[in-house]
Amino acid sequence: MSSPPPLLDNNNDTDDESSDLFSSAVEGIRGSLPILQLSMDTAGPILSPVEDQMVSTPPSTIPYHTVTKPTGRPDEQFLTVKVTDVQRLGDGMGAYMVYKVETYTNLPQFKKKSCVLRRFSDFLGLHDRLVEKHLRTGRIIPPAPEKSVLGMTKLKMGAQHAEQTSSNYEFIERRKSALERYLQRTADHPVLGLDAEFRDFLQNETELPKATNTSAVSGAGLMRLFNKVGETVNKITYRMDENDTWFEEKTQEIECLENNLRKLWCNVETLVHSRKDLATFSGALARTVAMISNCEEHRLLALALVHLNGILEKIEATRHEQANTDFTCLGEFLKDYMSLIGAVKNVFHERVKVYQNWQHSQLMLNKKREYKAKMDLANRSDKGNFASNEIVEWEAKVERCEEEFNNISQMIKKEMELFEENRVFEFKAVFISYLEMQMEHVVQLIGFWEAFLPEAKAIA
Amino acid sequence: MMDGMDDESEILNCGSGGQKDNRSETVDLTDNSLRVDISDALSEKDKVKFTVHTKTTLPEFQKSDFTVVRQHEEFVWLHDRFEENEEYSGYVIPPAPPRPDFDASREKLQKLGEGEGTFTKEEYNKMKQELEAEYLATFKKTVAMHEVFLCRLAAHPVFRNDHNFRVFLEYDKDLAVRTKNKMEVVECFMKSLTKSTDELLLSATVKDHNEFFEQQKNFLIEYHNHLKEATTKSDKMTSRHKDVADSFVKLSMTLTQMATTEHSDLEKFLTKVADTFEKVRKTEARIASDEDLKLSDTLRYYMRDTFAAKRLLYKRLRCLANYEAANRNLEKARAKNKDIVAAEAAQQLACEKFEQMSEKGKEELVDFKARRVAAFHKNLVDLAELEIKHAKSEVQILKSCIASLKNEE
Repeated sequence: MSSPPPLLDNNNDTDDESSDLFSSAVEGIRGSLPILQLSMDTAGPILSPVEDQMVSTPPSTIPYHTVTKPTGRPDEQFLTVKVTDVQRLGDGMGAYMVYKVETYTNLPQFKKKSCVLRRFSDFLGLHDRLVEKHLRTGRIIPPAPEKSVLGMTKLKMGAQHAEQTSSNYEFIERRKSALERYLQRTADHPVLGLDAEFRDFLQNETELPKATNTSAVSGAGLMRLFNKVGETVNKITYRMDENDTWFEEKTQEIECLENNLRKLWCNVETLVHSRKDLATFSGALARTVAMISNCEEHRLLALALVHLNGILEKIEATRHEQANTDFTCLGEFLKDYMSLIGAVKNVFHERVKVYQNWQHSQLMLNKKREYKAKMDLANRSDKGNFASNEIVEWEAKVERCEEEFNNISQMIKKEMELFEENRVFEFKAVFISYLEMQMEHVVQLIGFWEAFLPEAKAIA
Repeated sequence: MMDGMDDESEILNCGSGGQKDNRSETVDLTDNSLRVDISDALSEKDKVKFTVHTKTTLPEFQKSDFTVVRQHEEFVWLHDRFEENEEYSGYVIPPAPPRPDFDASREKLQKLGEGEGTFTKEEYNKMKQELEAEYLATFKKTVAMHEVFLCRLAAHPVFRNDHNFRVFLEYDKDLAVRTKNKMEVVECFMKSLTKSTDELLLSATVKDHNEFFEQQKNFLIEYHNHLKEATTKSDKMTSRHKDVADSFVKLSMTLTQMATTEHSDLEKFLTKVADTFEKVRKTEARIASDEDLKLSDTLRYYMRDTFAAKRLLYKRLRCLANYEAANRNLEKARAKNKDIVAAEAAQQLACEKFEQMSEKGKEELVDFKARRVAAFHKNLVDLAELEIKHAKSEVQILKSCIASLKNEE
C-alpha cells in the first residue's frame, strides 16, 4: 500500500473490526505467534489436527524435489505435482485453457492420488491467497508464472487446432512446465505445501471460486497496478536504519545474486539465439549440398554428397534440440530464480513495512506521553486520564509491533536458510543435468559423423 | 579477349611461346623438379608480404634454391597474365587467391580497445587472446590459399614453364606491380562487361556440336551456381558457430563472477562449471574453424575453379566463333575469287587452333574433374575425422566435469 502505514494494524485481514484495538491486538498475537513457533516442525494451526504426526518427522525429511533428487533424503514422504494435459474450452476471445493437475503423495492430509482441472487464473488466485495468508509472517511464497497476454491471444485467435502449430505448441509446453515447477516449489515448502488453500487447489474436484482480480485487463488489475506502483515508491523512498547485520548482508547478497542471474540469463539468451541461427544455416547448407549432389557428375562423389546432406539435416535437428535445451534447462531455470528472488525481496520489504509500523507506533506513544505530561503539568486530570488510557493502548501496540517485527525477522532467517539450501541443491542439479544433456547431444553428433566417414572414404 | 591482348603481355609472353613445343613433353606430376612454397609471411598495416621459396632442379633457373618477397597484388598480376595469354586459352587457369581480409579481426580489435574500460582485466585478456587466435587463423588461411595458387602453377606441365611465372619466382626485386588506378578499374570493368555480353551473345549464336562440351557447359554453370550458394551458406554457418563459442565465453565469465560472490560450496561448483564452459568454448571454436577450413574453403575454391573452367569454355566458344568467321571469309573470298590463299591460310589456322584447343580443353576438364573429386574426398574425410575428434574431446571434457561435480556431493 502506498498510503502511510496504517495506524491500526490488523493481522487478520478478513477481520475488519479495527476499531476494537485490544481485541485486534490479541488476535494479532494469536494469528502470528503460534505459526512462528511451529513453523519448521508443523504446518501451524491451520493443520493442527495432524500436528502429532508431523512432529514425529524431523523437518529435513520433508522432501524437496523428490522427483529430481537422485539420492540422499529418504522419500518416506513425498508430494509430487504434475501438470499433464491441456485442454481448450470455449471459443474466440472467451476461450481459455484448462490444465490437468495430477498429485501423487503419501502425506496423510492428502488423498493418495488426485487429478483436477484448473485454469490459469486459478494458479494466480492460489498464489494471491497464499501471499495474503503467509507473506505477513515472513514466508517466501514461490511466484506464479506471469501472464502472457500476447501468447494467449495468439492461441485464442488461432484456429481450433491451433495447438498443433509449433510455436503454439511450444508456448503451451513451456507454460505447462512453468506451472508444474511453480506448484512443485509450493508443494516442497514445509508449510505452504500443507496449506488448506493449496490442498483445495490440488484435490478439491469442484471448481474453485473464480479468482477475480487476476485478470490483466480489469478494474482489479488496475488497482493492483496502482498498489504495485505505491509499493515501489515506498520501497525507494523509505530507508530503514538496519541494525541487524544479517539482514544487511543478505540484502546485498540477494542484490548481487539478482544481478548475476540477470547477466547469466542474457548470456543464455544470446547462446540460444546463436544456436538457433547455427541450426538454421546448417539446414540451409544441407539443402544446397543436396543441389550440388544432384548435378555432380562423379557418381561416388554425388553419393557422398547425398549422405552429407542427410548428416547436415540431422545436425540441424540436433542443434535445434541443443538450443531448446539451453532455453528450457538453463534459461527457464534462471528466469524462475529471478522471480523467486523477487519473492524474497517482497518478504524483505514486508519486514520493512512491519518495522515502519512499529516505528510509527513508537512515535505515537511518545507523542501521547508528552501530551500526558503536558496535561499533568497543566493539572488537567480528566484529559490526563484519557491520555494514560491511550498510552496503555499504544504501549500494547508498540509491544505487539515489536514482537511482530522480531517474529518476521526470525522467520525470514529460517526461510532464507531453506531457500539457500534449496538454491544450492537446485543449481547443482540443473547444471549437472544441463552438462549431461549437452554431452548427449555431442554424442549424437559423433554418431552422425562416424556414419559419414566411410561414405567420404568411399569417394575415391 | 583474344583481340584485346596488349603489347606488353605479348612481349612478356614471347618466351613462353617459344617453349610451346615442350608442351607435349610428359611431365611426371610427382616430380620434385620445381617445388614452391610460402615459407613466411609478414603482415604490415594493410599489406601482406609473402616470402616465396622455390626449390628446383630445372636448368632454366639460375639457382636451385631461392626466395623472393611478393605481395598479394603481384599474385593477381601473375594470374591476369595467364588469363590474358592466348596460348593458355585451352587451359583452366588456377583461380587467383582472394584478397587478404583482416578487416573483421581488426574491427573487433578496435572495438575491444574502445571498450577496454568495461571489462575486467581478465576478461579483456581472454578476449584479446581469442582475437589473436582468430587473426592467426585467417592469416594462415590466406597464406595457404596463395601457396595453393603457386603450387598448382608449378605442378602444371605447361604453366610451370611460363616466363612470367619464372620472373615471379626468381626476380628478387619488386615487380613494380601497382594496383589498378581508377581508369584501369573502369576499363577492367568495361572489359568484363563486354566479355559477359560476348559470352551471352556467343552462347546464343554459336552452335556447338560437340556433345562433351555442351554437357560440360551446362554442368559447370549449374555446378558453379550451387557451389556459390553453398559457400555463402557454409560461411554463415561457421560464423554462427563462432558466435556460439563466443556465447560460451560470456557464460563462463559470468559464472566465474558469480562464483566469487558465493559463500557456500557453490563457489567451487560454479568455478568448475565455468572452466568446463571455457573448455567447451575452445573445442566449439576449433570445430568452427575446421569446418571453415575443410568445408567452406573447399566449396569456395571449387567455386572459383569452376569459374575458371567456365572461362575456358567461353574461350573455346570464342575460338569457334572465330573459326566460323574464317570459314565465312573463305567462302566470301572464293565467291569473289579474291585473296583465296590468305583466307585459306587463315581458315586453316583457325581450324587448327580450334581443334587443338578442343583437345586440350577436354583433357583439362577431365583433369579438373579428377582434381575436384580428389579434393572433395580428402577434405570431406578430414572434416569427418576432425569433427569426430573434437566431439570426442568435448564429450571427454563434459564427462570428467560431470564426474567431478557429482563426486563433490
